Amino acid sequence: MRIFATFRMAVRALRRNKLRTMLTMLGIVIGVCAVISTFSLVNGAKSSVEAQIASLGQNVVLIFSGSLSRGGVHSGWGGAGTLTIEDATAIQKEVSGIVSVSPELRSGSQVSAGNQNWSTTVLGEGDEYLEIRQWPLSDGAMFTPQDVRGANKVAIIGLTVSKQLYGDASPIGQVIRVKNVPFIITGLLVPKGLSVSGSDQDDVMIVPYTSAMKRLFGSTTLRGITAQASDPKVLSDVQHQITDLLRQRHHIQPNRDDDFTVRTQEEIAEAATATSKIMALLLGGTSLVSLIVGGIGIMNIMLVSVTERTREIGIRMAVGAKGKDILLQFLIEAVTLSLLGGIIGSALGVMASKFVAAKMNLPTLTSVSSILFAFGVSFFVGIFFGFYPARKAAQLDPIDALRYE
Amino acid sequence: MNPVIKIEKVNKIYHTGEVDVHAVRDVSLEIMPGEFVAIMGSSGSGKSTMMNMLGCLDRPTDGRYLLDGVDVSGLNRDALAEIRNQKIGFVFQGFNLLSRTSALENVELPMLYNARGAMSAPEQHAAAMDALTIVGLAQRSGHHPNQLSGGQQQRVAIARALANKPSLILADEPTGNLDTQTSIEIMGVFQGLNDKGITIVMVTHELDIASFTKRNIIMRDGQIITDKLVDNRLIATEELEKLRAAQRSVKLSA
Ligand SMILES: Nc1ncnc2c1ncn2[C@@H]1O[C@H](COP(=O)(O)OP(=O)(O)OP(=O)(O)O)[C@@H](O)[C@H]1O
Ligand SMILES: [Mg+2]
Repeated sequence: MRIFATFRMAVRALRRNKLRTMLTMLGIVIGVCAVISTFSLVNGAKSSVEAQIASLGQNVVLIFSGSLSRGGVHSGWGGAGTLTIEDATAIQKEVSGIVSVSPELRSGSQVSAGNQNWSTTVLGEGDEYLEIRQWPLSDGAMFTPQDVRGANKVAIIGLTVSKQLYGDASPIGQVIRVKNVPFIITGLLVPKGLSVSGSDQDDVMIVPYTSAMKRLFGSTTLRGITAQASDPKVLSDVQHQITDLLRQRHHIQPNRDDDFTVRTQEEIAEAATATSKIMALLLGGTSLVSLIVGGIGIMNIMLVSVTERTREIGIRMAVGAKGKDILLQFLIEAVTLSLLGGIIGSALGVMASKFVAAKMNLPTLTSVSSILFAFGVSFFVGIFFGFYPARKAAQLDPIDALRYE
Repeated sequence: MNPVIKIEKVNKIYHTGEVDVHAVRDVSLEIMPGEFVAIMGSSGSGKSTMMNMLGCLDRPTDGRYLLDGVDVSGLNRDALAEIRNQKIGFVFQGFNLLSRTSALENVELPMLYNARGAMSAPEQHAAAMDALTIVGLAQRSGHHPNQLSGGQQQRVAIARALANKPSLILADEPTGNLDTQTSIEIMGVFQGLNDKGITIVMVTHELDIASFTKRNIIMRDGQIITDKLVDNRLIATEELEKLRAAQRSVKLSA
């Protein structure tokens, strides 16, 4: 029997009970809609996390002062730190595989220019910081090693700071004051936009770490060290070397915890994607469950339909329909039901994720593959849950079916 | 010539509840091509049971059934379905048309399952229209069964039985609920088909209907008690003419 004729028959049977067909489809519609919108949300979150991780720089190893290993933070995170400039120099010199190192200080500060005020984050960094972070300048130049050595009062700023203090005018060569210390602006950073956590990455001012220590914070220790390895393959080896070196330099007994934390970019990426993976699993699981519930709805209605149409089945068999013809007829009916639900569900899912993206300001990413996946799943649901009722119909005895009242 | 139907010592026993019903007992029968047979008997004598077995819808409990020389007792479900589709046109006691489906589509139904002579949709329509023309219902092809009278529904059922041009037609009380005139019209259709060489076996309660056929078999309690040829066979066209004349005279006298 021709597939097309069977398909027409299925559509006709489904149209005969419009309300029932629609209600049965609803389960699949909701399931597919849930699958598409969760996948869009999760993919969106994942891609922005990935962008965030990539914006850390290339082959980056972050060393923080203080231990994060037990969730708690000892000894002054960023404040009275445990890391020193000598530690940074030692890492640069003694750890093989390290390309460059930038000592780091960080503090929130009030900055001003003329009569404009702004509160921003001031970073003290080495001259190679921007290379490590892969963060280019849109104007001007980075401060030089000489500036670092001389603790010169030079700075580069992010776009937000520039807009707040100088409006649309170029900030290059302007004076910016931090705690009443005047700095000359030598460069303007290319804007990076918001981070995943929603903080403005362009709301920043970067000065030589020497200047930050001597002229701004009066500090002798570092908040952290940003290092760059030559190759992603050596990252974990570099991590071990740094740990050993710092434990030795800080005279830490073998049974005591580190007073610093070393994290590779890989580890940070893994931690971030682990969260989104768990989210994907939970949401994906829930929507798959709703698809299965939809499938059971289809099975239920198909069973009812087979019972209702027992006589019809008997008549078809009496005039020569074979078991496989009847099987195909009911299977196509179930698959039509679930695929139709899949189409409507996909459309609703795409709309729902667009809505979420617009209203809640969350990144979403609807991929063709997730739509194809939802289609495949609804097709499979139709086949799987339609098979049992269809087989039940196909195995009826013609004479019994004809006698059925 | 070989018989179309040859059954040997066929039995059918229904096992329902406590008592077994022996619906057909040790029946042997031969029907040759071109025959037109009426099976008669009181209600419950096993006529429908016989017809269902002859139509390959039901299997005998034991005994042999040779259809066109082929032993169908050992065939599987699919093979039987193919025989029902290709060789036999079955007209049921209760029409058994698909409701909410037009007369034309009802007639096309056996063609849908015809694996051998698969036709294109227009060819199918044409063939189904031919079958409806034979039973005189071409103008009603688009009507659904619930828009047709009992006699018209019966004729759609006959047209459906003709769909795949079978050599054997089995009809279980095709004139069961019909008035005299419609019954004779139906018999006219059957006589026309029989004249073209189609073998017909039908069940009826009415003796006068049976006299339109060529051979009468009477069953009682699952057995054949009489099997004789019809002497004064009635011709449907003549009888219809007489009936109309009688009706006209009634009208004239009234
Ligand atoms: N499915 C069945 N299960 C049990 N017994 C049955 C079944 N079908 C028929 N019978 C019994 O078999 C016997 C013959 O039935 P059958 O239907 O063949 O009679 P029939 O001659 O066609 O009667 P009618 O003229 O009323 O149609 C009856 O006693 C009936 O009760
Ligand atoms: Mg009967």
